[in-house]
Amino acid sequence: MLILAFDTSSPAVAVGVVGAEETLASSTAIAVNRHGEVLASAIDQVLRDADVRPADLTAIAVGLGPGPFTGLRVGIMTARAMSDALAIPAYGECSLDVIAAAHHASSGIAVLTDARRKQVYWARYDEDGKRRAGPELAPPAVVAEQLRGEVGELVGAGAVMYREVLADFVVDERQGYPEASYLASLVRTRLGVDGPADRLAPLYLRRPDAQVPGKPKAVTPS
Amino acid sequence: MTALPTVLGIETSCDETGVGIVRGSELLADALASSVDEHARFGGVVPEVASRAHLEAMVPTMHRALDAAGLTLDDIDAIAVTAGPGLAGALLVGVAAAKAYAVSVGKPLYGVNHLSAHVAVDRLVHGDLPQPCVALLVSGGHSSLLLVQDVAGELTSLGATVDDAAGEAFDKVARVLGLPFPGGPYIDKAAAEGDPSAIDFPRGVVRDAPYSFTFSGLKTAVARWVEARERAGEPVPIADVAASFQEAVADVLTARAVAACREHGVGTLVVGGGVAANSRLRALAEQRCDAAGLTLRTPPPKLCTDNGAMVAALGSLLVERGAEPSALDFAADSSMALT
Repeated sequence: MLILAFDTSSPAVAVGVVGAEETLASSTAIAVNRHGEVLASAIDQVLRDADVRPADLTAIAVGLGPGPFTGLRVGIMTARAMSDALAIPAYGECSLDVIAAAHHASSGIAVLTDARRKQVYWARYDEDGKRRAGPELAPPAVVAEQLRGEVGELVGAGAVMYREVLADFVVDERQGYPEASYLASLVRTRLGVDGPADRLAPLYLRRPDAQVPGKPKAVTPS
Repeated sequence: MTALPTVLGIETSCDETGVGIVRGSELLADALASSVDEHARFGGVVPEVASRAHLEAMVPTMHRALDAAGLTLDDIDAIAVTAGPGLAGALLVGVAAAKAYAVSVGKPLYGVNHLSAHVAVDRLVHGDLPQPCVALLVSGGHSSLLLVQDVAGELTSLGATVDDAAGEAFDKVARVLGLPFPGGPYIDKAAAEGDPSAIDFPRGVVRDAPYSFTFSGLKTAVARWVEARERAGEPVPIADVAASFQEAVADVLTARAVAACREHGVGTLVVGGGVAANSRLRALAEQRCDAAGLTLRTPPPKLCTDNGAMVAALGSLLVERGAEPSALDFAADSSMALT
């Protein structure tokens, strides 16, 4: 079993090749607005590092976001195309779940990432790591209200960024971007389980900004 | 590899997802998916809507192209993709797909210029391009006059629009006239019943740039003319306005293209881009090229609008001459220069 896992929902591009027992090779590069430049060569390099040919892969795992759309689509398009070209299944996971999987806590946690426009993407997890709410989009103060009494600890770049609004919670100060090895572990449990292939739909959570125009504005001074 | 390379081209610079396949200068497949209907109610292409549509359409369009050509990915010798210019987010979907396919099957990848591809596509119809030649590229995103020394290498911009692209002007005038988006085909249709000399709309000139274009003044002049009629309580003669507007656009585009050919001593004009589907532009270009003793080459409308075949046509030229493939980390470049 060889899974190629990658996530482009955060400012980082995380790539890994994961076998049945261990991660064979991985890389993480901060690539703000450069996901399209970095991802394919990172995949190429990680496959070489792991001494794995593309044709040897048995599955693709990709983070579905939420996250900035442009970078997110680079990962999902890459997963769809590689799955098609190699005729292997591709599986998608919520990127907030990938971040949560890297954090063990005795109480529940919530993952918050930066959604820009003074909002965060968030999801809440119980003590077994199971997602109980989200992924959703909201201003951090609204999220704080929803999480009060539900979780002890917050993780993710959105929590760090808005820690003043979230002063009632313990905030994990580490960056907490999705890591390929955790993404692959989430997908590994689903391999060999019969079911329809994932559609790999991005978790956009926001509609495109577009206004239906009214009548054209008059150009003649009245 | 057979004698001639089989090249697959991917195009996503605006609202069309295109995958084309060529072998040498033979067109094997040209599959297209368009999100134009999703943009219509917004009166223009919404970049985020286009990007989302490309992601959904890419793999199915790839399959349609391969099926039409009766090929599999293993039969493809190289992949070419539009790297720019175009909408940043839209370009990135095609570039990501092209890189992923190329890495998966271990084939060389070429990131190419969208404008050069609009010129190169003509070789699929009329054979190898006489070079140098002049190309007039007119679409919703571009209005450019290019001196083409080598379509797969050196192209020089002689001029471009300084404001709206010609296709944008068609869209905006269509809105003023209450015609649907995209405006080009509707204005063309309405104009067929109108008098092109009914209204003398301005032919905008750009100072010290004889081969540049400006359409914003024309667009405003049409809006003022229509408003004056409406305020006077008179009916708007849509056919005459459409025909007169279209005449003004076709006039400046063809006059400057022919003048550029003359100044640079070239004998061939290539007209491409979505606006090259306009019937009046085609007719006037033919008339003026005939009068000037120039050869006019205009691909059929299906190959004038954005498509994957044009990218493959340019890619196959690069492969044939043994050009170095692009590195895997090349960027999509929304304002990509010509060379």
